[in-house]
Amino acid sequence: MALNWFRFAAPASFYPIAGRLVPVFWVLTAVLLLVGLYWGFFETPDRLGGSNPQKEYYRIIFIHVPAAWMSMWLYVVMVGWAAIGLVFNTRLSFMMANAVAPTGAIFTFLALWTGSFWGRPSWGTYWDWDPRLTTELILFFMYIGYIALHSAIDDTRRADRAAALLAIVGLVMVPLIFWSINCPDPSQCAALHQRSNLTQIEGNILFAMLMVALAFWMYSFATTLMRLRSIILTREAENTWVRDLVSKGGRP
Amino acid sequence: MLRVFWCILLRDLTLAMRRRTDVLTTLFFFVIVVSLFPLGVGTERKILQMLGPGVVWVAALLASMLALERLFAADYEDGTLEQMVLTAQPLSLLVLAKITAHWLLTGLPLVLIAPLVGMQYHLTSDAILVMMMALLIGTPVLSLIGAIGAALTLGLRGGGILLSLLILPLYIPVLVYGAGAVEVSSVDLADIRPYLTLLGAFLLVAVLFAPLASSAALKISLE
Amino acid sequence: MSGFLSQGGYAFFVWGAYGMTLLLLVAEILQLRAQRRTILARLGRLIRMRDSGAKQ
Repeated sequence: MALNWFRFAAPASFYPIAGRLVPVFWVLTAVLLLVGLYWGFFETPDRLGGSNPQKEYYRIIFIHVPAAWMSMWLYVVMVGWAAIGLVFNTRLSFMMANAVAPTGAIFTFLALWTGSFWGRPSWGTYWDWDPRLTTELILFFMYIGYIALHSAIDDTRRADRAAALLAIVGLVMVPLIFWSINCPDPSQCAALHQRSNLTQIEGNILFAMLMVALAFWMYSFATTLMRLRSIILTREAENTWVRDLVSKGGRP
Repeated sequence: MLRVFWCILLRDLTLAMRRRTDVLTTLFFFVIVVSLFPLGVGTERKILQMLGPGVVWVAALLASMLALERLFAADYEDGTLEQMVLTAQPLSLLVLAKITAHWLLTGLPLVLIAPLVGMQYHLTSDAILVMMMALLIGTPVLSLIGAIGAALTLGLRGGGILLSLLILPLYIPVLVYGAGAVEVSSVDLADIRPYLTLLGAFLLVAVLFAPLASSAALKISLE
Repeated sequence: MSGFLSQGGYAFFVWGAYGMTLLLLVAEILQLRAQRRTILARLGRLIRMRDSGAKQ
């Protein structure tokens, strides 16, 4: 019980921990990705039946769905760290939120890109104003807005707090935006995406998809921690521990 | 409490009345944007009737967003804003007064000029009436949400462009239901009730929370 | 092997999606490594500058 969690909130003590964790996450990413992709390409049927029959192109699901999940989860994670930063006034939380944002933006873009490559053979169009597509696009704008606002403010403290507030406002608005696009007519809602239900997916496909999703999680941890280390170095450049570290050659 | 609200409101209105061109600029921006669309997409009656509601709403979005920059800027530059933050009165109340003044100066004129614009698009008189009602309920929401962005980007280089990037996505729900109300009014006038009710709900929620968020943003920007 | 690569004639879509994913993820990793190297080099220069300034 004597463990003081705020000890790890000091950038100086978290920096080496992050350095040790990064390789672990890279190994996990590689293993999970290999398992997931092998399973996805070789242990699954080539064609799917159902109301909207799918051919080989459905294999995009193994990156599309995990990327879309990550884009949403990372936004929540980002807002979580931003909120913790605003409440407890811890510098590391803001840095964490900053480190998450670019990875989240990349996954959002990937969800859109892979989605349109799946949409062309499946729906016959690269883009449709489907509620989920549109909301994903808005989510992308939110990430960009967060990054843009943060980089437009020179004062780090103000940048952190302003961007955090923006992220929180965004989190409140995203469900509302999704709902408003999903139900442009308040009395009925329509969507091109089939109502997805994880229990209806065939076991092998689900397994591959979950493996890749886990791999993406590990990837996000690794890149976030790497970016976090860079942010810590830049912001703490005036501190003695950073100077000692750099003169010793930069190893943790 | 109410006296403080009135005090700020009247002050902002008086200040704006001394520089009337600012108000007129927003209004003419709105009219010009709306007038450009028929030149771009053709002047066929059917097309214009179909595009009308959406175009008017998008133009209203842009006009109210462009005016947002001025919401806090003048007070920020001469230091008044800092004094407001330091007063004993709740900052969110002062912010709400400023937003109200801002809406009266930039949102209300758009509502009043809507019939003129509606005629350009051959909208029926019913549709114009619905559009005015939707704008009347919707534009305050735009000012309220926009105030958060204006407070966050206070005093930044290139704040205007940044503001649009931050705020325009958040305007989507108002756009969807505002334009939706006008569209369904052509089918059945009774259908517009859920749309206007929803817009009203947005307005209530925005009145409650947006001033709080904007005052938090102002404190962050001024500290 | 060629059957695997052609993906039943949908190679463009499948590999287009996977290719972009690979490209962006690898680009992110490379960018992060480059960023780290730049920061360390800059900090190193700063420290050397300060040290040589202190000796004089």
